Amino acid sequence: MKAPVRHHIVSARVENKAGVLVRVSGLFSRRGFNIYSLAVAPTHDERFSRITIVVDVESAPLEQIVRQLDKLVNVVEIAELAPEEATERELLLATVRAAPADRGQVIALVGVFEGTIVDVGLDAMTVLLAGSPSKIDDFEALIRPFGIIELQRTGRVALPKLARRAARLRAVPSGESHEVS
Amino acid sequence: MQLTGAQALIKSLEMKDVEVIFGLPGGAILPVYDPILDSPIRHILVRHEQGAGHMAEGYAHVTGRPGVAMVTSGPGATNIVTPLADAAMDSIPIVVITGQVATGSIGTDAFQECPITGVTMDVTKHNWLVTDAQDIPRVVAEAFEVASTGRPGPVLIDVPKDVSNAQMDWYWPSSVSELDLPGYHPATEGDPRAVREAAKLILCASRPVIYAGGGVLKAHAADELKELAERTGIPVVTTLMARGAFPDSHPLALGMPGMHGNYTAVTAMQRADLLVALGARFDDRVTGKVSAFAPEAKVIHVDVDPAELGKVRQAEVQIVGDARRVIGELLRSLAALGLCEPTTGEAAVVAGRSGRGAGAAPDSPASARPDLGPWMAQIRAWQKQFPLTYRQEEGGALKPQYVVEVLRDMTPDDTIVVAGVGQHQMWASQYWRFDYPYTWVNSGGAGTMGFAVPASIGAKVGRPGKMVWAIDGDGCFQMTAQELVTASAERIPVKVAILNNAYLGMVRQWQELFYEERYSEVYLSPDLPDYVKWAEAMGAVGVRVESAEEVAPAIEKANGVDDRPVVMDFRTDAFEKVYPMVPAGASNDDIIVGPAQGEGGR
Ligand SMILES: Cc1ncc(C[n+]2csc(CCOP(=O)(O)OP(=O)(O)O)c2C)c(N)n1
Ligand SMILES: [Mg+2]
Repeated sequence: MKAPVRHHIVSARVENKAGVLVRVSGLFSRRGFNIYSLAVAPTHDERFSRITIVVDVESAPLEQIVRQLDKLVNVVEIAELAPEEATERELLLATVRAAPADRGQVIALVGVFEGTIVDVGLDAMTVLLAGSPSKIDDFEALIRPFGIIELQRTGRVALPKLARRAARLRAVPSGESHEVS
Repeated sequence: MQLTGAQALIKSLEMKDVEVIFGLPGGAILPVYDPILDSPIRHILVRHEQGAGHMAEGYAHVTGRPGVAMVTSGPGATNIVTPLADAAMDSIPIVVITGQVATGSIGTDAFQECPITGVTMDVTKHNWLVTDAQDIPRVVAEAFEVASTGRPGPVLIDVPKDVSNAQMDWYWPSSVSELDLPGYHPATEGDPRAVREAAKLILCASRPVIYAGGGVLKAHAADELKELAERTGIPVVTTLMARGAFPDSHPLALGMPGMHGNYTAVTAMQRADLLVALGARFDDRVTGKVSAFAPEAKVIHVDVDPAELGKVRQAEVQIVGDARRVIGELLRSLAALGLCEPTTGEAAVVAGRSGRGAGAAPDSPASARPDLGPWMAQIRAWQKQFPLTYRQEEGGALKPQYVVEVLRDMTPDDTIVVAGVGQHQMWASQYWRFDYPYTWVNSGGAGTMGFAVPASIGAKVGRPGKMVWAIDGDGCFQMTAQELVTASAERIPVKVAILNNAYLGMVRQWQELFYEERYSEVYLSPDLPDYVKWAEAMGAVGVRVESAEEVAPAIEKANGVDDRPVVMDFRTDAFEKVYPMVPAGASNDDIIVGPAQGEGGR
């Protein structure tokens, strides 16, 4: 048996207009849904942004969250990405204590994880790692003992895995006809 | 053609065939008030912006068309937040236009600045802050489209003063495709496979109930509902928001379910093996304790809003779609399965037609349908054993239910009844006989005290040819009575029956039943204010009624007044309680029928 999935990824294409992020995040607080992480940026088409939200499905059934979000007039398209059918990436920046004696170990660890050292100070280094959320989790656990001065993760972004069979985007039912009032 | 933003706004409203705006001006909306002088649109000057919002709602309730309200920025805008929330809860289409400080001042805490789009984000279906006068026609068209299609609801357009003053080139979007609503696609037609499933479930049920909600009225589906009920012989409950969607005098009508629903409506749902929910949202006031609600019932849930499906109760068949279209599709599906003839419950029982296969083509799937006869017989037995009751003693205290019944009997059948919130609202819903759609206007989801007076004015403006009676509480009346000044000034002859029990009666009832009769802050006084004098001061006729004998003559007198509002101060029994009652959070099986049953009136 598979372990129960606690998080789901909801990917929404939204209009790139003032206040849209507030509407989306406001809906979560109003309906009592929990956001685990949220990433937002414009897409290749500047009229739209993509919001990737990792939701805690213990707070509400996923279907309910998706359907409520889809009602927002500025949400153009919404899909659930089942974790096993999505390519997920996250980015981490961390400033780690690295006195000269420890530097070698930190550098080695970053190397193993194929991260990058982006800044070096007298007794600290800032490291960058992009990768799957679980890889980031592992890396974070391993650098923690050196002493983390500051750490920032972006939250995940995701896209559906490319179809070898049709990608299972769980679209929300909506009618095609659009009536004039 | 060059217009100012303000002129374009009014012209856009004209293009949407708006006939009336309810509003009150102020600094930020001043430019928009100027072109009103040259417009055929009637403006009704309210005395408080909340009144404008509820008037727009009342207008929308009875006409099905969006009501329009216009107010200034800051306090004008915040005063209309309650009607927006009310309309959001009850899916009422209203378009509210607010003035805003000039774009350059936004964010500076300018005089009368309030970020009203932010404030109302969660109580509107959508809202817009217009930053370019050129956008005005498009945004107005979008606002009406969003307010009135799909699941209707309130919208707000915030217009900064410099945008109203700016010049623009007039245009009018000629079709929906010219609107900028890439994310808005309301569903209308049901999924045919789901509709077939629903038809099959209907033909298998032996204890079915149609659970009709406000969505039936929003979809203009009353005729289709009647056809469905008669074709299938399934009895119908109409929720507080659906009163009038199915005629109360129909043999299949069970009346209102829920916390103060009648015993039969509540219990039929509890014992049902199938609920056909049409435009209803399983509100907690209907379901009682959700886990104990209709435990044996399979559910067919039809709603235009996909988010309602599965929100409270999982349905065996979920159909996203407009109630009118889906019922139409359902009727065709039933016919395809062989159910072509009406099997009206009562006629069926009398004619012995309710037996197996009544109304069905021979050898069709419908011919194997269970006999609904025993179910209807059970329902008739409940109706007989547990009718709504009260007793008006001769010479005794005036009973509020008696007032409602006499008023019902002395007014035309298509009289529009508008209620406040409280005991009087429940008595009005229980004791009126609604035989026509759009004759019942009330605040269901929000329960907004003060709704009745302004909403009745809006209803009368929308349906000037009909008699409009508000049935209000003394507490509610005091919240928005000033709008009777508006009604007098504008010659809108609404009639208000105050069931004056000198208390915040509904709260008093809960304190009596659930707080050991510890009455905390619920006494109002029968005489303060003096409602007759107050009515007269507002240009209305005031009538006081203190005993049962006076009721009919006083109503006759009120019915004869047609040039100004009438306020009737009915001094009713303060101790009367609304029954039946399902205590909040309890199972609907624990319905308390009345004071005669169990100890202490519980
Ligand atoms: C704006 C608002 N405030 C408070 C309440 C809570 N409330 C519900 S019913 C009620 C009493 C209403 O009193 P009245 O208008 O006299 O009606 P009655 O119940 O006596 O018929 C109150 C205070 C409410 N519904 N709305
Ligand atoms: Mg009262």
